[in-house]
Amino acid sequence: MAFWLIQALNGISFGMLLFLLAAGLSLIYGLMKVLNLTHGSFYLLGGYIGVAVVRTTGSFVLATLAGAFAIAVVGVVMERFFLRRFHLQELPQALLTFGFLFIFSDLAMVIWGSDPETMPKPALFDHSVQLGGFYYPSYRLFIIAFGLAVAAFLWWLQEGTRVGAMVRASVDNEEVARALGINVSLLFSLVFALGAFLAALGGVMGGPIVGVYPGADFDVLLLGFVVVIIGGLGSLKGALFGGLAVGLLDNFGKVFFPELALFTVFAPMALILAWRPSGLFGHE
Amino acid sequence: MNTEPRQRNNAACGLAAILILGMLALPYFLSSYYLGLAIEMMIFALFAMSLDLLVGYAGMASLGHAAYFGVAAYTTGLLALRLGWNVWLALPAGVLMAALTAALFGLLALRTRGSYFLMITLALSQVAWGIAFGWRTLTGGDDGLPDVPRPALNLPLHLSWSLAGSTAFYYFVLVAITVATLLLIRIVISPFGFALRGIRESEARMLALGYNVWRYKFVAFVLAAVFAGFAGCLYVYYNRFVSPDYLHVARSAEVLLMVILGGAGTLIGPAVGAAVIVLLQNLISAYTERWLLILGIVYVFVALFAPNGLVGVFLEYRASRIKRHVKRLNS
Repeated sequence: MAFWLIQALNGISFGMLLFLLAAGLSLIYGLMKVLNLTHGSFYLLGGYIGVAVVRTTGSFVLATLAGAFAIAVVGVVMERFFLRRFHLQELPQALLTFGFLFIFSDLAMVIWGSDPETMPKPALFDHSVQLGGFYYPSYRLFIIAFGLAVAAFLWWLQEGTRVGAMVRASVDNEEVARALGINVSLLFSLVFALGAFLAALGGVMGGPIVGVYPGADFDVLLLGFVVVIIGGLGSLKGALFGGLAVGLLDNFGKVFFPELALFTVFAPMALILAWRPSGLFGHE
Repeated sequence: MNTEPRQRNNAACGLAAILILGMLALPYFLSSYYLGLAIEMMIFALFAMSLDLLVGYAGMASLGHAAYFGVAAYTTGLLALRLGWNVWLALPAGVLMAALTAALFGLLALRTRGSYFLMITLALSQVAWGIAFGWRTLTGGDDGLPDVPRPALNLPLHLSWSLAGSTAFYYFVLVAITVATLLLIRIVISPFGFALRGIRESEARMLALGYNVWRYKFVAFVLAAVFAGFAGCLYVYYNRFVSPDYLHVARSAEVLLMVILGGAGTLIGPAVGAAVIVLLQNLISAYTERWLLILGIVYVFVALFAPNGLVGVFLEYRASRIKRHVKRLNS
């Protein structure tokens, strides 16, 4: 019993990291129809910056903020100066974002080398707690709580605030939203920055359990894609549900079928694709 | 500029003849290193042209085209290495496997379009990559399959022509690529090819005209995989090696870059794009380890400055020259 609970909690905590990544991917696609292939880089660079800040200052909170805000700025620059020219042109967008994926990946290699880095856990969560009959690392429980808090915040942002209403209006009909005086291009930058922020947050928070290593950008990008394919692009609910599903599938797959680990994630994805091409919560 | 279609055709045929004669003579001028480079260029040219059938003609941007290249390469490599099958059996088996994979993936991917199609082709190709990477007992996992033998062509009457030498293999690839390219040209100028262009421009209109759009897209998807698979089979014989890198997303993106860099919607464009990228990679890798960085910058530059590719740049240049010429005549 304890075994199942521990593995389930491992899967859920990893799923929360995937949710952070996929929420941004999904928000960006929902508003501006950009499939951001650089999203994995945001995760990786956030992680690296976090590690660097924690090494120099020793503060986990500072590392999280520094990583997330720095990458949000990178996101705004990318959106303003590059992606904006190719509104609704998916081919140049794909080339551009894939190019940045390569550029960032190689720059990270130049700056941080090819050895994997591990982020130390924050002191507050550097121990295990007793849950019924077994001990479990409190940091993973913290990630689960944090992920749920972010989900609640994003839901409130989208459904309960003026900015959220503007975003929803622009998703529904961009031209009418512009005509009504909504500054859609500012919203584009804001949402892109928020997406980058969330991905980098995932990178820093995931540092202590997944590690920060060259190639992580591709790995998480692909898992993020599976999440949004299952959940549906553009849906927050889909990102949360898909993140948890992929986290659990990935974890149990690695435990039971180590040789075909990826298959346990991709096979259900193919089934869902055959059944609902736009994902469980997507609509198109 | 009185280029009647017939004259233009003649000019194109003349150029092609010169090109082929030049290619035939290459082994007399080049060292085996550069001959290898030429082989690689030809193989990737075919790979890029196969993707162009989807991207340029049918308007379906796939980010998972390396899957078919790699599946065929693994199939041919395994059959040649483990079972000792000769090229006449192993190569068609590889191509067939690519076609079957595409038929399966197509059933799933063709239910979507646009960015979803891009993402789903990417994810599906990653399934193939996952199998190549994870199933160590069959594929050798990360280490790949080394020492795939170069084939010998066993012709009738007990004639055997070994392709182990680089000159012999070069001619083998040249013939194979020429035949494949002629087939592609035939497909593109057939009514089927024009129907694909119609689907690219307006699916709704083609539906209204009574075309079974899904079936056309499905056939195009499988055909593109067949040619990509053929390129993959040639590549595994050339490299004598296959690894999961063959089907990685990075390769799928690279071949898409070749198509766009050269100019989607023409066959010559992607071939030129492939030649440029292969050449750049070999030249730059000799001087610096930062090839990925430079490749990334090439992606960004192509998107920003040459969205219609080199062919587009050439056509714009010609159009502006004609305009200037007309202006001079008028004044």
